[in-house]
Amino acid sequence: MSTPFLILAAVTLAGAWAAMTLRGLVHCALALAVAFAGIGALYLNLGAQFLGLAQLLVYVGAIAVLIVFVILLTRGGDVDSPRLSPASWPAAGVAVATAVFAVLGWAVFHSNAILAPLAPAPQPNIRQLGVALMDGYVLPLEVIGLMLTAALIGAVVVAMKEKP
Amino acid sequence: MQPSDQVFVLLKDWIVGQSPIMLQPGVSILLTVVPILLVFPVLFALTTVLERKGLGRIQNRYGPNRVGFYGILQPMADAVKSLTKEDIVPASADRAVHFLAPLVLLAVAFVPYAVLPIGRNMVAANLDAGVLFFFAIGAISELSVFMAGWSSRNKYSLLGAMRAVAQMISYEVPLLLSSIAVIMAAGSLSTVEIVEKQAGFTGIFPHWYVLTPWGFAGFILFMIAATAETNRSPFDLPEGESEIIAGYYIEYSGFKFALFFLGEYLGMFAISGLGITLFLGGWSAPLPFLTWIPSWIWFFTKLLVIVVGFIWVRGTLPRLRMDQLMNFAWKFMLPMALVVVVAAGAWRFLPQGVTRWLVCSVFLAGAYVLLARGVETRNKIAKRTYRFAE
Repeated sequence: MSTPFLILAAVTLAGAWAAMTLRGLVHCALALAVAFAGIGALYLNLGAQFLGLAQLLVYVGAIAVLIVFVILLTRGGDVDSPRLSPASWPAAGVAVATAVFAVLGWAVFHSNAILAPLAPAPQPNIRQLGVALMDGYVLPLEVIGLMLTAALIGAVVVAMKEKP
Repeated sequence: MQPSDQVFVLLKDWIVGQSPIMLQPGVSILLTVVPILLVFPVLFALTTVLERKGLGRIQNRYGPNRVGFYGILQPMADAVKSLTKEDIVPASADRAVHFLAPLVLLAVAFVPYAVLPIGRNMVAANLDAGVLFFFAIGAISELSVFMAGWSSRNKYSLLGAMRAVAQMISYEVPLLLSSIAVIMAAGSLSTVEIVEKQAGFTGIFPHWYVLTPWGFAGFILFMIAATAETNRSPFDLPEGESEIIAGYYIEYSGFKFALFFLGEYLGMFAISGLGITLFLGGWSAPLPFLTWIPSWIWFFTKLLVIVVGFIWVRGTLPRLRMDQLMNFAWKFMLPMALVVVVAAGAWRFLPQGVTRWLVCSVFLAGAYVLLARGVETRNKIAKRTYRFAE
């Protein structure tokens, strides 16, 4: 494990930890943005340029801003509410997290990818990604595009001014 | 290629070669980063003088003319003033976020310069996805603006931050779409490759994308969106003095205030630099017999021309209203940017010659007229209806 990886991992984990534990909602949202940025930087560190930059653009640029907007528009960021969760919640949370981790671990260790001999690591670049999207995966791309357009039009319809 | 063109590259290589082998990677990185950290703040200092002088002339007054020769040393006086001012933090402010906001803004403002080619072989990081990198980093600046506005615990600054974020999100869409036209034409996301695609001349005309019908329309859309993205007049609602005093940085004083200004101007230079890279041929010369002038001089000349344009627009146009701003973004800029993308595609597949010039120009002009008419007729003056405040 290289030093940049360790630094980025520490930053990401610290951001995620702060997002869980801080009391102010806006602080949590900002800490979550740090965690998102850390994950993006980890992707870049692994050589996945497109994925890392898309992570930054979508999660930090759009999702974090959306979360912040939602917090401010619904209940005000500076309400310090008392802790509402019952005492049994941490135990339940740990149980659910362990179960999910167990299932994921089982799936990973029984997958074909780990049983097959290691192929030489591919060197994906953005050109190959683009060609693949426009070539082999053009139908899924079109379907997703259509779905997003429908969602966009739906949002406009919801937000449109009602006739008095 | 003249040595004057590559003087900085050669100088860097020479210094790196002189240093011990162990330190060479570090020295190389330092010599790439430090000039960027020095040159653009100096350009910022010069631009503040230029801006105050220019606005003064437009408004029939002198502008700064006391410090130094014709007021040229005014930035020094400004720096001393902002360094010696008291740093006031409101009692109810969120101290940590209040402190971090200008730092995040400034850091984020510097990072995009990594992918701007400011001369031949003069780019800090030649990324495969340079343009994407630029926009991904730019997206973070929205969060820093929000941090500044929220942490001040001031109604005006929160309003300013919300305005800024809403405006930046809205204008990011046409900004990205107009760049997509160039990316389609160049077939690359790398800024270096986009500049190389625009090299060469036909007769005396360079192969810049701005000299094609779709490129011209795209460039104008890009610059309008860039003006809004950097919160400059006429899109300076986030800091509209007459309504919300100074927007998201009301509660900042002293050097933190200066940092906000620096960040704002650095953002303006960076986005102008991207506009130059995408549409104005980057560092290439405008005429074939001027190629003996070094490439980096061309880049900074173009940058200064665009900055002067920004100042001129600021001195000329009145500020928009919030509804005008949003209507303009979503009802005119967005459809027009989509039309530009379609025109760029048509340009790519039509045979070279007069035909594609005619087809693309007529298509774009027709779309422009129809869209402008549509926006015009919708804006009939009528009694205002309220939805929630009746």
